[in-house]
Amino acid sequence: MKTATVETNRPPPRSVDLPTLLAGGWVLLMLFTALAAPLMAPYEITSIDLRHRLAPPVGFGGTMLHVLGTDDLGRDVASRLFYSIRTSLLVAFGATAISVLVGTGIGFIAAYFRGLVEHALLLMIDVQASLPFLIVALAMLACFGNSLTLFVALMGLYGWERNARLARGLAITASAQGYASATRQLGAHPLRVYLRHILPNSAATLLVGATVTFPEIVLVESGLSFLGLGVQPPMTSLGVMVAAGREYITRASWMLLAPSLVIVITAVAVSVLGDWLRDKLDPTLK
Amino acid sequence: MTLLRLNNITRRFPLGSPLYGPRKYLVAVDGVSLDVEMGRTTGIVGESGCGKSTTGRIALGLEPPDSGGVLFQGLPLPRIDSKKWRAQRRQMQLVFQDTLAALDRRMTVSALIAEPLAIHGIGDPASRKQRVAELLHGVGLGEGHGMLYPHQLSGGQRQRVVLARALAPKPSLLVCDEPVSALDLSVQAQIVNLLMDLQQELGLGLLFISHDLRVVRHVSDRIVVMYLGRVVEQGRADAIIDQPAHPYTQALVSAMPRLPGGFDHYVALPGEPPSPTDRPCGCPFHPRCPLARDVCRQSLPELLPLGPERQVACHLVRH
Repeated sequence: MKTATVETNRPPPRSVDLPTLLAGGWVLLMLFTALAAPLMAPYEITSIDLRHRLAPPVGFGGTMLHVLGTDDLGRDVASRLFYSIRTSLLVAFGATAISVLVGTGIGFIAAYFRGLVEHALLLMIDVQASLPFLIVALAMLACFGNSLTLFVALMGLYGWERNARLARGLAITASAQGYASATRQLGAHPLRVYLRHILPNSAATLLVGATVTFPEIVLVESGLSFLGLGVQPPMTSLGVMVAAGREYITRASWMLLAPSLVIVITAVAVSVLGDWLRDKLDPTLK
Repeated sequence: MTLLRLNNITRRFPLGSPLYGPRKYLVAVDGVSLDVEMGRTTGIVGESGCGKSTTGRIALGLEPPDSGGVLFQGLPLPRIDSKKWRAQRRQMQLVFQDTLAALDRRMTVSALIAEPLAIHGIGDPASRKQRVAELLHGVGLGEGHGMLYPHQLSGGQRQRVVLARALAPKPSLLVCDEPVSALDLSVQAQIVNLLMDLQQELGLGLLFISHDLRVVRHVSDRIVVMYLGRVVEQGRADAIIDQPAHPYTQALVSAMPRLPGGFDHYVALPGEPPSPTDRPCGCPFHPRCPLARDVCRQSLPELLPLGPERQVACHLVRH
């Protein structure tokens, strides 16, 4: 009886709605581009075509020679875009994964031990939260030099304190709830309680946290690259492209618009997918 | 044979900050002793806030008493959260009141019932599956229910799932904390009868906690009546119901509807139970007791024997 009343309150089950489908399609396209960039790119990202400097894209007076136009050095925007997507996605996905893993781990440890350990970790979190990340990143890059691995690891520090706070709060709430104490009461090891029960029950919120972190990391990566401390030429990233395109915004807006659109659409797509995934992970919303 | 023995246990919770003046305490349980025999049921009855749930949690070893001891099968309980403590959970299980909260909503019924088996490494996956089917059948659910999630079940069905989960590792002690209070009357009767059948079948020792004397009388061999953290009367169930000695028990018994007569003999108690942070001196019951005298306001009555297997804490009862 109870189930019947619950179900009538909900719209009939749909498969996947249109925005999710589009978002999923876009993210898949981005992943495909990242993987297949060398096959898709018509030119080398460093090959200069000085006769076609600042050529507009097709549809705005350009030719099929450079579909998305060229930049101030006559480099093909499309080719550079594909490689930029590759770099930026690597950095953003890698760093988001690190940020969420580290944050969740630290948050759960703080929630489990409470007392002194919790206070020490909270202090760490507060210190990180009170330092502007860009300054920390600048200092680290200045000290340790730059490589892609280091850069991903460094970007992984972005937002961990927010994820840690979130995870700690979720774990404390969850452990005060019946199912956690019930499982403990069954004789389960704390690891089991945390990994099998509290983590899946907190996953939805953590996932939404991650979808917020992701576009921010893309932006921070762009910012650092813009300052010349992020991805180093000849490698290119969406941030590098935006930084370069900024100077030509009035004369050759495609240089800036192409990577900017990719950043915006990817950020939106990731958060739409995050929403969908959250609902998908919740058996009470089926 | 005695399965579980609580020996003069006390549990108090500190109030406020230790920085300002002497610390005040909420005394939730004050010198409670009781036994649970193998294959028998001891019922604890009392108003909400009288410390019966805390007593249950201490009996299970989920929290430590501040003084006094708990003996399970003659041995003190191991330290909380130690490896031995975790292993001992297999022997002693808890049945909850709030079943929707106690069941992880992301797991199917089968997975929930199989979990204690997995935790204690009982059997292999195939035999666990078999055991889950047995348990589902044992608590009166079909195999189809195993595929459902807790929110898709009714309250009574969920209580059956909680029961099956508690019984899965074959415990010898089951503590039921208000197991039927959230259910409606007909379902209450089903669950209580199921509990009694299972007890007979499996020889469980049961500690049954409820505010509802009707239910407690139905399931219990012995009844312990608590008031404000203290035992005011205990004894065999029929003796307590037929000849309640303590004025509080008398009031409780009078509040049970009866055939014939309904509520004619109902003795209304004035006021509410006092706060455990601010106990009245003397007998904790004296502000509400219709028979209170000077001695009740001054000294705390001890729990003294009254006949065989019977104890009462009241100045006015001749021991």
